[in-house]
Amino acid sequence: MNSLQFILICFISLVAISACSQPPKEGFYQSGIMYCSESNPANFNPQLDTSSTTSDASSHQIYDRLLDFDADSGRIIPSLASSWKVSDDGLTYTFQLRRNVPFHTTDYFTPSRPMNADDVIFSLNRWRLPQHPFHQVSGGRYPYFESLGLADNIRQIERINGYRVKITLSQRDSSFLANLATDFSVILSFEYAEALLREAAPERLDHYPIGTGPYKFESYRKDHHIRYVTHTEHWKALSQAPRLIYDITPKSSLRLAKLITGECDAIAFPAQTELDIIRDREELELAKKPGLNIGFWAFNTRRPPFDNPDVRRALAYAIDKNTLLEAVYFDSATRARSLLPAASWAYQADAEDTAYNPAVARQLLKKAGIEPGFTMTIWAMPIERAYNPNAAKMAELMQRYLADVGIVVNIVTYDWTTFRKHLREGLHDSVLIGWSADNGDPDNFYRPLLSCGAIPSGTNRAMWCNEKYDALINEALQTEDLAKRKAIYQRVNNLLFDELPLVPIAHAFRYRAYRKELKGMQINPYGGIRFGGVTKKL
Amino acid sequence: MIRILLRYIILFVLTLLVLAGLSFSLAYLFPGDVLANLTGITAQNEMQRAALAQQFHLDSGYIVQFYHYLKNLLTGNWGYSFISGMPLSEEVRLALPATIELATYAMLLAIVIGIPVGCYAGLRSYTAADYTINSASMIGYSFPVFWLALLFILMFSLEWNIAPLSGRISLLFEVPPKTGFILIDILFADNINRLLAFRDALHHLMLPTLAISVISIASMVRITRRSVIEVKNKPFVAAARTRGLSQGQIFYRHILRNALLPILPLMAIQITTLITNAMIVETLFSWPGIGNWLIQAIYQRDYPALRIGMLAVAFMVVTLTILIDLFNRVIDPSREKYERVAV
Repeated sequence: MNSLQFILICFISLVAISACSQPPKEGFYQSGIMYCSESNPANFNPQLDTSSTTSDASSHQIYDRLLDFDADSGRIIPSLASSWKVSDDGLTYTFQLRRNVPFHTTDYFTPSRPMNADDVIFSLNRWRLPQHPFHQVSGGRYPYFESLGLADNIRQIERINGYRVKITLSQRDSSFLANLATDFSVILSFEYAEALLREAAPERLDHYPIGTGPYKFESYRKDHHIRYVTHTEHWKALSQAPRLIYDITPKSSLRLAKLITGECDAIAFPAQTELDIIRDREELELAKKPGLNIGFWAFNTRRPPFDNPDVRRALAYAIDKNTLLEAVYFDSATRARSLLPAASWAYQADAEDTAYNPAVARQLLKKAGIEPGFTMTIWAMPIERAYNPNAAKMAELMQRYLADVGIVVNIVTYDWTTFRKHLREGLHDSVLIGWSADNGDPDNFYRPLLSCGAIPSGTNRAMWCNEKYDALINEALQTEDLAKRKAIYQRVNNLLFDELPLVPIAHAFRYRAYRKELKGMQINPYGGIRFGGVTKKL
Repeated sequence: MIRILLRYIILFVLTLLVLAGLSFSLAYLFPGDVLANLTGITAQNEMQRAALAQQFHLDSGYIVQFYHYLKNLLTGNWGYSFISGMPLSEEVRLALPATIELATYAMLLAIVIGIPVGCYAGLRSYTAADYTINSASMIGYSFPVFWLALLFILMFSLEWNIAPLSGRISLLFEVPPKTGFILIDILFADNINRLLAFRDALHHLMLPTLAISVISIASMVRITRRSVIEVKNKPFVAAARTRGLSQGQIFYRHILRNALLPILPLMAIQITTLITNAMIVETLFSWPGIGNWLIQAIYQRDYPALRIGMLAVAFMVVTLTILIDLFNRVIDPSREKYERVAV
């Protein structure tokens, strides 16, 4: 026996061993769903963040809400609240809670009682009351609720008995139920919060979450993965995969590659350029729904000369939206005329819209005293979203259009967290960004995007504050009559066309790509991804 | 020998000092707050800031600061990552073994394939078989490693779906990173089907290892071939032949041993190239090694991580290089110094 032969034999036997041993693998590989997500969640409490990454990772997996949207009809359906009653004046809402809904039992918390009214009151009061012991924990910002001014409108929350809660509003709000059904209105565990207060570690509430949802949080490693295990006692008793894993993959091409090789069962945000590849492959499924979103170009109306509506109009005339649609969205979006997409009931098909006209743009600019060679910045958001899959490319195209009318554009971008921070501080001239609505109500577009109250919470990217606008959108909430509300929103659209704090660009379709092995996947047009009730059959 | 050892140790320490100095100066050269760059902690209030500044002696001169920086380095206090908030020592401890593991398997593959093929080509020198192997190895050697890795992904993963393209093991397996070497960690892990996990890990290892090892195999073939040819023409081989020994006896007893002796140090020198290649390939296969980690740190402007990452990689390469030099001295003291490998 000599060395060469020995090495050869070793090598051959190694190959043989790895080829011959065939343990049962299907059973194991279908025990977990792998979802390739696009980024790290900021935390595991969607109350604290409007980013869809955060709500995808927690809202429908870890938590339940009082109410839910039906994924098909968009109607509000019972969830943790088994029924509810609205008083005739529209100011009092009484919720009957479901009984025997257990919270998650994990290695960091064991609940002693099922969900009851205390948990609901705790969850709402946390963002509602500034003096609440948990209000300041994890930053004390609740952007969704702040942007809607919801806290100010709730006058009182009462516990009638262990399973009944009464909420009194100070003003009628016809979108109130819809707001309670959004990704952000999750129900936390009061018992867990109290235990954390005793341990003096309240911030764990948002990082080691306890909820009632279909999956329990297990572990999270930043830039790597999030692990969940199924919550076997979930009140809906869904049959679903025992494990759920989020594989954090920021690159869209890599997500697609992993979907093709089967390393992911579903992926977040397939890029528009890749949709055809997905359609061509038999083993992949591409589901499409009209999205409740808008991509837009917002001007910082607090900075001169963008405080002048004529300048904003000139810039709007200088760009060709149709070209942007073709070059950036590849037929996966429709042209936006106002804030609302066609999927909304208040959509106005004949809303006025700016057309491409560089001659008018030059005239307007001259009138406003803007000299050729004027320099401005366009901030392009660094990540892909359905409403703007490639902001950098769009900014480059716009750079060329604006050069035609004598404006020099510098494109600015930062990583996502810094980007949003600087935007909130108002350091931009203009920004390419967008908004995904969280429920089907038009108020969910108009209020967060342009109302005065939404400036501090950082969703009003135009920093635009107009009393007439605020009065109109408030008026729209005073009535339950859809036709009346629709008429008011048309007046709002006219006002927006006159003022043009932002240029609406596109409403994108929502795509979700997954492998055919996943059974029970549903696209939820009103918010984050849902894995409850999804199984995998190889 | 002791003098040589001493010389190496002094060289080692001096090089590391220069590297540490470089990494220390990075804290000043990177944009942003020096204290934050050093510690990775953005001070929330003045008190915390003062305490941190005290710990790093920021109010003293650069020399004193450097001294305390060294002290912190030696005690494992490397600061925290801006992005993940984890201690950097912990992150490096997890990332570095992944790279070493990949490089080791690639090296093994290079030896197992490269040496026999090289011997074969050497023995049959200047025949058709030799020319084929020689040109194949030349082609293999000229492939840019990242291009090859992409090609592998395209062919084996996306077209034929033979091998997965990212990570070390399917995330369905919960393997706690104890040693950082995946195959060893599997042995330590509980609650998993080890055989299945092992297969899965090998599956994941396949493409990156192949991609890295192609170049190493090619150079191994060329080194071995040349060495064998050299030995084959030595008088003692001719003598053996005249004594009437069989081909096999001549090869195993005389050629192989004498040919392998000069290969060993050349092979060792390859290790650093291998690690560099491994770092490049990692980013393509999302392999959680030090190369991938550094690239992420660059993307996210994680200055403390860059500072430590650079130091850790440089430390590893310097240590390996010096150890290899020393090793070469030990196995063959007759030579003053080995030249860099020429293929």
